[in-house]
Amino acid sequence: MLRYYLKLGILSIRANWALSALMVAAIAIGIGACMTIVTVRHVMADNPIDHKNEQLFHVQLDNWNPNDPYEEPNEPPEQVTYLDATALLEAGRAHRQVISFKSDRVVQPEGDGVLPFQEVVRATSADFFAMFDVPFRYGAGWDAAADRAGEKVTVLSTPMHEQLFGGEDSTGRMLMMNNEPFRVVGVLDDWHPVPTFYDLNNNPYQGPEAIYTPFSLAVTGEWGSSGNNSCWKPPEDGGYEGYLASECIWIQMWVELPTRADKEAYAQFLDDYVMEQKQLGRFPRDLNNRLSTPEEWMVNREVVDDTVSVLLALSVLFLVVCLLNTIGLLLARVIRRRSDISLRRALGASKAALFRQYIVEAGLIGVAGGLAGIGMTWLGLRGIENVFADYDFIQYLVTMDWQMVGLAVLLAIVSALGAALYPIWRACSVSPASTLRIQ
Amino acid sequence: MLKMKDVCKIYRTDTVETHALRGFSLAVEDGEFVSVTGPSGSGKTTFLNIAGLLEELTSGVYELDGRDISALNDKERSRVRNEKIGFIFQSFNLIPELNVFDNVDVPLRYRGFDAKERERRIMSCLERVGLASRPKHFPAQLSGGQQQRVAIARALAGEPRFLLADEPTGNLDTHMADSVLDLLKEINEAGTTIIMVTHELTLADRANRNLFVRDGEIHDEPPELHLAAAATA
Ligand SMILES: Nc1ncnc2c1ncn2[C@@H]1O[C@H](COP(=O)(O)OP(=O)(O)OP(=O)(O)O)[C@@H](O)[C@H]1O
Ligand SMILES: [Mg+2]
Repeated sequence: MLRYYLKLGILSIRANWALSALMVAAIAIGIGACMTIVTVRHVMADNPIDHKNEQLFHVQLDNWNPNDPYEEPNEPPEQVTYLDATALLEAGRAHRQVISFKSDRVVQPEGDGVLPFQEVVRATSADFFAMFDVPFRYGAGWDAAADRAGEKVTVLSTPMHEQLFGGEDSTGRMLMMNNEPFRVVGVLDDWHPVPTFYDLNNNPYQGPEAIYTPFSLAVTGEWGSSGNNSCWKPPEDGGYEGYLASECIWIQMWVELPTRADKEAYAQFLDDYVMEQKQLGRFPRDLNNRLSTPEEWMVNREVVDDTVSVLLALSVLFLVVCLLNTIGLLLARVIRRRSDISLRRALGASKAALFRQYIVEAGLIGVAGGLAGIGMTWLGLRGIENVFADYDFIQYLVTMDWQMVGLAVLLAIVSALGAALYPIWRACSVSPASTLRIQ
Repeated sequence: MLKMKDVCKIYRTDTVETHALRGFSLAVEDGEFVSVTGPSGSGKTTFLNIAGLLEELTSGVYELDGRDISALNDKERSRVRNEKIGFIFQSFNLIPELNVFDNVDVPLRYRGFDAKERERRIMSCLERVGLASRPKHFPAQLSGGQQQRVAIARALAGEPRFLLADEPTGNLDTHMADSVLDLLKEINEAGTTIIMVTHELTLADRANRNLFVRDGEIHDEPPELHLAAAATA
């Protein structure tokens, strides 16, 4: 019977093509508006390191002002001090640990007439690449020894590598930054974590940095942080040394703890560490350390901002308006088809049979609306891309994955069926007697 | 066999109550060809609607093949309509988007026959009404008489015991009306019980039995009175 209903549905859509086209358009526009925002939100809320979510933890220690929490009600600071970062890295109690920050450097490409340019560089300890599963095209990262020794090595992203050295393997080549030579040891493969979960400060949608250097090297070179930097009291001594010894927070710290037991042990270790520091007169607040998974950390930092949620609510409302419109069109169609309906009833169609026939037809309209809705979503995303063309990484925010395509079609079908229920109910209650009366 | 006892049908609207049928009692035996005549608004269509299970009755008893139909639910009523009753309408009521073959197919689809059985029945019914050569034509491409033949084929396809016709020749010229009536006679002689509402007494006369409806009541008219009425018509 399904094939029969499909055939009837197609015939009916063809026979009422204008009304059908209006319905498909109404659904497509509603789906387009909704799915544009859903897609952006989906990408924003995406956890790019989902497969290691249970093993990676962002570290927070509460070294803040005894009289005033970092954030109400009692949030520990979102970054750690140089003192704590280096002490915890040195202790090495986790399976892997990463401390990093971002800094601005001036890149001086080889060749005449190529102008130097400023670039954001991530200074990080050695485990960064292994911990975050960063893929390499050529070479590899550096090891802990190289980090400790402050070797002048660097890792480039593929676009940066191509910009500076063209297509060939550039490992072993030298790169000048702020008049210092760095040896390229690795080139990353395509890697676009959106958001950049490992550092959610500032704009987490700008994408990962294009240049990486060892952490200790950056510190010996007295590089400043170009990311967030907060202090609850001024450094006691002046200069870079004073800054390193201060209670200012500016370093992001992550640890990898493969098992639950590892996590518990590490939490205990952090508590012990802070208790020990209290002996030295630091950490005036109560114990308030925290280990957050990437997902928890993204929720905590509200990577999906409220504007998007408001837009989502508005777009859902818009979809509802489009569906109300569809209901009106379907009711109009039921009225036009009264004689057909009552004739089928007279010839032996039960209400249930009619219901199935019209549900299949509504489903067909839903599928058409969904497919057209994917087109509309694509247009909507291109619109957003144009409006925010200045942001380099907007292209990663406005891409539809298969999940979103599937969701668009599913939402369209559900919408069409939902919109069709009342009109179909009306259709099924057309009296079979009217066949003989409407002459 | 079709049997009604004291059947009443009242239509209620906000302001008026119409007693369309009042104490309607009759029995139609298998194989009969019954004509029903009567003035406009007397209740003929209402009677057919109730006989064909298209409408529920207000009070009284209606038995079809010995079964009280008032107890049936929608699904069962639809099934009885589908299996036992064929309808022929004044305005043919073919589905314009479907061709002749698919129009005749409609009641068979709800019966659940397989494709081969449906095709066999459709072609044999089209043969019977003389349209076997046009299964692919659409209703708009046929004359009124041909359309009514398609409708008759559709009514016959399910091999119903009863054929209910409401003014089947009302939209046809005399010549076509005669040939449609010849077809109905033939069908009746092959065993199908027919109840036909008509305005035209000459056509009514070709039935085995004539019923007369007036003000929602049914009368077996004495033959003289009937002939007198025919003479004045
Ligand atoms: N759905 C309805 N609601 C209210 N009254 C109705 C309805 N259907 C029919 N009637 C009334 O019932 C009465 C009988 O109508 P019916 O259609 O059975 O007459 P008829 O004998 O078929 O007439 P005609 O020869 O004009 O077709 C009429 O008075 C009509 O107005
Ligand atoms: Mg009538």
